Amino acid sequence: MPRSAALSEPAAGRAADRAGHRAPASRVWLRHPPLALGALITVALAAIALLSLVWTPVSPARMQIAFRLQAPLARGLLGTDQFGRDVLSMLMAGAWNSLSIAASAVAIGTAIGTLAGVAGAARRGLIEAALMRGCDVLFAVPPILSAMMLDAFLGPGRRGAIVAIAVFMVPVFARVTGSAARQIWARDYILAARGAGKGATLITIEHVLPNIANPIIVQVAIQLGLAILTEAGLSFLGLGMPPPTPTWGRMLADAQTYLGVAPWLAIVPGCAIVVTVLGFNLLGDGLRDLLDPRAGGRRGLSLPALEPPQTPDRGAP
Amino acid sequence: MKTLLVIAGGRFRSATLGIILGITVVAAGSLPHPAEAAKTALVLGMNIEPAGLDPTVAAPVAVGQVTWQNIFEGLVTIDRGGRVVPQLAESWTIARDGLTYRFNLRQGVRFHDGEPFDAGTARFALDRARGAASVNPQKRFFAAIQSIETPDPATLVLHLSQPAGNLLYWLAWPAASMVGTRSADSDKTAPVGTGPFKFSSWTKGDRVELVRNPDYWNASLKVPLDHVTFRFIGDPQAEVAALRSGDVDAFPEFAAPELMGSFAGDPDLVTVIGNTELKVVAGVNNRRKPFNDKRVRQALMMAIDRPALITGAWSGYGTAIGSHYTPNDRGYLDLTGVLPYDPDKAKALLSEAGYPDGFSFTIKVPQMTYATRTAEVMQAMFAQIGVTMTIEPTEFPAKWVHDVFTEHDFDMTIVAHAEPMDIDIYARDPYYFGYRNPAFDALIRQIDETTDATAQDRIYGEAQKILASDVPALPLFVMPKLGVWQRKLQGLWPDEPIPSNVLADVNWQP
Repeated sequence: MPRSAALSEPAAGRAADRAGHRAPASRVWLRHPPLALGALITVALAAIALLSLVWTPVSPARMQIAFRLQAPLARGLLGTDQFGRDVLSMLMAGAWNSLSIAASAVAIGTAIGTLAGVAGAARRGLIEAALMRGCDVLFAVPPILSAMMLDAFLGPGRRGAIVAIAVFMVPVFARVTGSAARQIWARDYILAARGAGKGATLITIEHVLPNIANPIIVQVAIQLGLAILTEAGLSFLGLGMPPPTPTWGRMLADAQTYLGVAPWLAIVPGCAIVVTVLGFNLLGDGLRDLLDPRAGGRRGLSLPALEPPQTPDRGAP
Repeated sequence: MKTLLVIAGGRFRSATLGIILGITVVAAGSLPHPAEAAKTALVLGMNIEPAGLDPTVAAPVAVGQVTWQNIFEGLVTIDRGGRVVPQLAESWTIARDGLTYRFNLRQGVRFHDGEPFDAGTARFALDRARGAASVNPQKRFFAAIQSIETPDPATLVLHLSQPAGNLLYWLAWPAASMVGTRSADSDKTAPVGTGPFKFSSWTKGDRVELVRNPDYWNASLKVPLDHVTFRFIGDPQAEVAALRSGDVDAFPEFAAPELMGSFAGDPDLVTVIGNTELKVVAGVNNRRKPFNDKRVRQALMMAIDRPALITGAWSGYGTAIGSHYTPNDRGYLDLTGVLPYDPDKAKALLSEAGYPDGFSFTIKVPQMTYATRTAEVMQAMFAQIGVTMTIEPTEFPAKWVHDVFTEHDFDMTIVAHAEPMDIDIYARDPYYFGYRNPAFDALIRQIDETTDATAQDRIYGEAQKILASDVPALPLFVMPKLGVWQRKLQGLWPDEPIPSNVLADVNWQP
């Protein structure tokens, strides 16, 4: 019995492709409007960010002090700032800054966090305890505070911001993957794989990771939104990319005292941050709904179906 | 977000206030009017709260802005035109060789705690300022004093070891204030001086209150105010709200030039733009390549369009300067034309110096708004001549003082030099600029050796010219004094020859 089960399990283990999820693409969007909206915003932002690398209406660093504080449409689509820089161009370049930093940070956080999570689940015991308590410690430090400390240590700039944000992403992903992986490890097919003589590393790669991919994807989308917010917070405090690179956070900080005379300087980057974070959150929630329709609660860890589909027991007499 | 809330709060409050006022006016209309007496209380706003209230032990200008001439007085003082005039010393004579100063002290002056002021007290105050244990922020002012004699209670004689042409001017500074022997140690929290106002209370983080000194020695001066409150508000939006609502009567140094326009048309408030002594200067590390080459410094200076920079950084308020000297200072020359804005010539100079493709360097910028904005504009202007400047935010004061001032680990920096007439810093060694020029040093020595004011002014002119063409630091602009106060308030100084809020003859018109 165990032997035959082991034969059938690898296929079952990768089972994200259940029948219910093979609907045509158009129907998926219609049945999940938040997902559609979130994806739309995210794709549009990514497109704007990429476009800013090759083209902006005006160079975002170009100052035309004679045309300072011009209202939207009076000069450029979104007006000019206190130095006569084009706000639209700065916003576009800021999108690249925000997205690239957030994406890099989340990528690093996901990689390290997932590694820690699955390693802990595979080894259990002392190693797991050490890893998870380490994550608890990291988790207990407020993100902006830890980001400020790291930023001060690494010096302001892209690298500093990425590392600072990645550091507090690690425990998030370690927890999500750790608890998901532990559930997988309790499954019969893992027992079967072990019986077949597979090592912990191979089991993790072949069985655990494919089965916990969905919660990781959902978490990535949500954490991207959080990373954008943190990056904006850091650059608002003067700890992000130094000038002349435009950042949404610094645009917001600079706009503070001009609020009475040039409100658009605050409204524009503020809206950009809100829309972006909203986009990623919608995307995350939508993905959760799509990948795990059974998860009712908004919060808490939701897992895709862990039960392997019923396969005929070929080994039965 | 915080700002938005503050604004919304302010609007809501003013609306409520409007309704209440409306009701009051209607009610008051039916009552008989008492004869309107002029107000005798003043609430004066400041951006920064001083850390202590003794100007003889701490450097921040905020200390003097609360206490100098209000609580504390000096042997001599500076009037609103920047001239040195008698105060606790009625008159003085300076020996021909400039080495002996004899002061005739005013009689009948008492400190707020009753201690009489005489030559002994004056000697105590000066010895405290120049002694080994002194933490006086301007200790070097008193370095030339070799010994102090008090032949009688009304006479103070200073013997100098070398001539100090600026000694009288220095004795007028807040740092040279006369303090009492009994009260000196507690002046930091409960200042006791000889001035027209007495210290009443200090609510940390909020306000300092003073009341009129009924026993003020100068009986000929009728001090109109009998109660003064210094309020400390750091956020410009909150400052606007406080002025509008009448919570604060005056902000002699309003911090946000971009908001000055918002007072236009206000029937109750006036805006007064004056001069300060705050010279915004981009200090260059003359020890380092390529800044040790004069042509490079000149090229950087010619890349800067000062009027545009003032517009971008400080909303157009402020005066461009060509050396480390302000229009307030005696013997001032306008030298902004020595190295005028000329990017083409700047590029040519760079090529000549061996940098045809420009170069890159880092500027350490303190977090103050004037500095960060100035740096951003300079960055864009330098980019036009092919020079890449990286901005490195540097926390002021601790990190800035450590990196720039103490360790000299910087390429360029920006800071506003607050001390009046401090052109001699370019002759100091060591100083953070690392500028060495024997010709300049000789001029500064000459000033000390001269007691004739006209001759001094001429030498100051020569010193300015050297700085304007050598540009050991890039002179940018003098910060304006942006005053906003109630229209009926009179007597506040429009200019600031020394950081201060002199209130002795401030009064309310009926």
